[in-house]
Amino acid sequence: MDASAIKSETVITSSSVKITSSLKKRHGKQLRLQIYGIAALGFAGMMLSILVGSIASSGYQAFVQTHLELEVYVDPAEIPAEKLPRGGFDDVLVKSLASHFPNVDVSNRAEMRKLGSILSNGAQFDLRDRIVANPDLIGATISMTVPVADPYDQLAKGEIRRDTPENQRKISDVQIAWFDKLEQDGLISTPFNWALFTSADSRFPELAGLRGAIVGSFWALLVCFVISFPLGIGAAIYLEEFAPKNRTSDLIEININNLAAVPSVVFGLLALAVFIGWFGLPRSAPLVGGMTLALMTMPTIIIATRAALKAVPPSIREAALGIGASRQQVVFDHVLPLALPGILTGTIIGLAQALGETAPLLLIGMNAFITSAAGSPLESATALPTQIFIWADSPERGFVSRTSAAILVLLGFLILMNGIAIFLRNRFERDW
Amino acid sequence: MTTLTFAILLIVSCSGYLLNRRAARSLLDGGQRLHSIPQFHGLYSGLTILVPVLTLVLLWLVLQGPLTDWIVMAALPTIDVGELSSGARQLLLAEIKSIAGGRMFGTPADWKIAAADRLVFYRNAASLLLLLATLLSTLILLMRARGKVTSEFRARQGSEKIIHGLLVFCSTVAIFTTIGIIFALLFETIKFFRLVPVTDFLFGLNWEPQIPIREDQIAAAGAFGWLPVLLGTLVITVLALFIAVPVGLVSAVYLNEFAPRNLRKIAKPLLEILAGVPTVVYGFFAVLVVAPAIRGAGQAIGLPVSPNTAMAAGGVMGIMLIPFISSFADDAMSAVPRALRDGALALGATRAEMMMNIVFPAAIPGIAGGVLLAVSRAIGETMIVVMAAGLIASLTINPLDSVTTITVQIVTLLIGDTSFDNPKTLAAFALGMMLFLVTLGINIFAIRIVRKYREAYD
Repeated sequence: MDASAIKSETVITSSSVKITSSLKKRHGKQLRLQIYGIAALGFAGMMLSILVGSIASSGYQAFVQTHLELEVYVDPAEIPAEKLPRGGFDDVLVKSLASHFPNVDVSNRAEMRKLGSILSNGAQFDLRDRIVANPDLIGATISMTVPVADPYDQLAKGEIRRDTPENQRKISDVQIAWFDKLEQDGLISTPFNWALFTSADSRFPELAGLRGAIVGSFWALLVCFVISFPLGIGAAIYLEEFAPKNRTSDLIEININNLAAVPSVVFGLLALAVFIGWFGLPRSAPLVGGMTLALMTMPTIIIATRAALKAVPPSIREAALGIGASRQQVVFDHVLPLALPGILTGTIIGLAQALGETAPLLLIGMNAFITSAAGSPLESATALPTQIFIWADSPERGFVSRTSAAILVLLGFLILMNGIAIFLRNRFERDW
Repeated sequence: MTTLTFAILLIVSCSGYLLNRRAARSLLDGGQRLHSIPQFHGLYSGLTILVPVLTLVLLWLVLQGPLTDWIVMAALPTIDVGELSSGARQLLLAEIKSIAGGRMFGTPADWKIAAADRLVFYRNAASLLLLLATLLSTLILLMRARGKVTSEFRARQGSEKIIHGLLVFCSTVAIFTTIGIIFALLFETIKFFRLVPVTDFLFGLNWEPQIPIREDQIAAAGAFGWLPVLLGTLVITVLALFIAVPVGLVSAVYLNEFAPRNLRKIAKPLLEILAGVPTVVYGFFAVLVVAPAIRGAGQAIGLPVSPNTAMAAGGVMGIMLIPFISSFADDAMSAVPRALRDGALALGATRAEMMMNIVFPAAIPGIAGGVLLAVSRAIGETMIVVMAAGLIASLTINPLDSVTTITVQIVTLLIGDTSFDNPKTLAAFALGMMLFLVTLGINIFAIRIVRKYREAYD
């Protein structure tokens, strides 16, 4: 054995000692990295669960609404048939409410007003509509279930606490006592709040619903789909199948990638200046909203379509070309139908993004206060996300849970759309 | 009327398709050999009707509004209108329009009612004219296309040429959009710089856009220096990155190498959900939960925290960006060739050493690109800051204070009724221009980095 071999052996032993001694430390480092990783994931998961949890816990209450059952005597003295649709509907309601409280002075207007505040402002219009529809009811006693005003709704849901000092509450001890009496008489019920879906926006939380917003979002998404779907597919087909590889097509590609990353508020500025300022289209209209969203959705659809077209194997194209199809026939008759599931999946995901988009809609005025659902894309409307924004800004307590409920509805729609997209992908995706 | 116009257009194009297809079929039945199959004869007819007339109708509809407005305004009696400023003219036009729409407030002057009547008349005349023009041109095109059905006619080439043109048009929409954005912002920004000097905007340290609308109103004189707004934007962006970058990168490293398959299966969709939540929801979350929590924590240790602290907006924005950075980093690390990993492991590195010393550095260009894109997102993000950040621009970098951002200012300046000739509105466009330029610069830089890096291993 010569000297160098001995030397190398001692080097090996000494370095293996060194390695063994440092191994523990190195494994400790690895463990720490893994712990950090789990902690990071846990942080993200925790934030998601706090987000969903806090919104769900404040939103579920808006899905029920406190109602009051009333036997209303339609007094012909207050509501004369010849004066319809005018009449003292509110007085009639308060009087029938007062019949439950023998010790309330009916002639004391201030007290009657206090009592009347239990009823929602919408109750009198419900009554009016019923009587206008059927004037024979005048003089009869009818049974009505009307929503109670927001403070009492909050009281019933426990959001207004009885142990807070009276001067820090919206309703006085007397009013709480009245409400408790009604509850004892079994007149208070909390049914599912259908009004959340069937009525439009209102200044009064107990009457406000999402119908206008859902309809507005529907119109905007319809316009968005009608514009962005054909344009997006057309652009993708051209770029993927026909475009020569030159400067122009490079420029278009860079453009599309950039558009996908332009802040959404800039699209709102574009819509405000061009669609509303230059073209003179109406403000707050879902048509303008849809056009703006279409410009933002198009890059998503183009990118998804190109990926779907790329996934169709070249053998399909070659076979079609081989039996004499033209290039366009190949694309439209063979490649496109095979790519369609992928395209639809991408489109639905793009539309789901568009549904949640808020900033551009704010700039074109889709945050207006509108109390009826739009009948066409040219009428003023709000959309779901802008409605959330409006409600989040409203000071009334009842709007906090309405906002959360609206968010839950929006998330519900998003989950539904993404679910459809996932279903399409799983059902129709083919491995070539 | 417009619906009827579109209906006519659609019906005539469809009948053109059917007519020509049938004509071509009967030629076939008559024993002739056709150059193109009957479907292409039909398609040619349908397209030659649909494409030009649809272009005409859309152009007409775009131009009709401004044109009728202009005619009505030009015909107004000069004694009453005289030399009105452009704002007053817009107001007048809006009033005439609302009278024309049947919404009258009080008793408008006679000449306004007359103008409204004229507006209604011109509008009706224009739609009727459009209807007639559509009917006439579609029928002429139908006849022309019908005359082209012969055995030699190259209908396939004809219609494929049109379709090719349509495809090219579709792909240029992206370019038109970019041009539209640039021009829209540029015009309004130039108008703004006529009212407010460029240097005041770029180097001013005061942002107080509340200017008096009437002469007698008491309000600040208005100052349009964007630096405090920019600083606020940067403060919130830095706060957001402070959360998103470490959490995003560490979770990406973990998911990429260490996570068991099952955990990965759960964690990936979880991050996707986090990425799919609309920003307005994050904004509400910031207001409802995060801001009160930070405030409570601040009070507990005796720190003064403003109600709409930059920390709430920045923190929530950071949460929003976690999945973005994480998925970018994950992709970048997955793209590092297997050989590098195997080489490191074969030399005796632990998996952690392999990730941190080999894979992560190799993926840095891709990760940097992703982080840059996240920066541009944070700068352009609107709803979270509109709901959770402040409105008043102050030169501060204290994250507990309230700051404002470019997007907040754009939205607050433009919400509500706006006219296009006061500096307040135009300032929003100038800010929009700066936002567009900054994010565009970052995006191009980021995309370039990502691309360059991808090519390196291919």
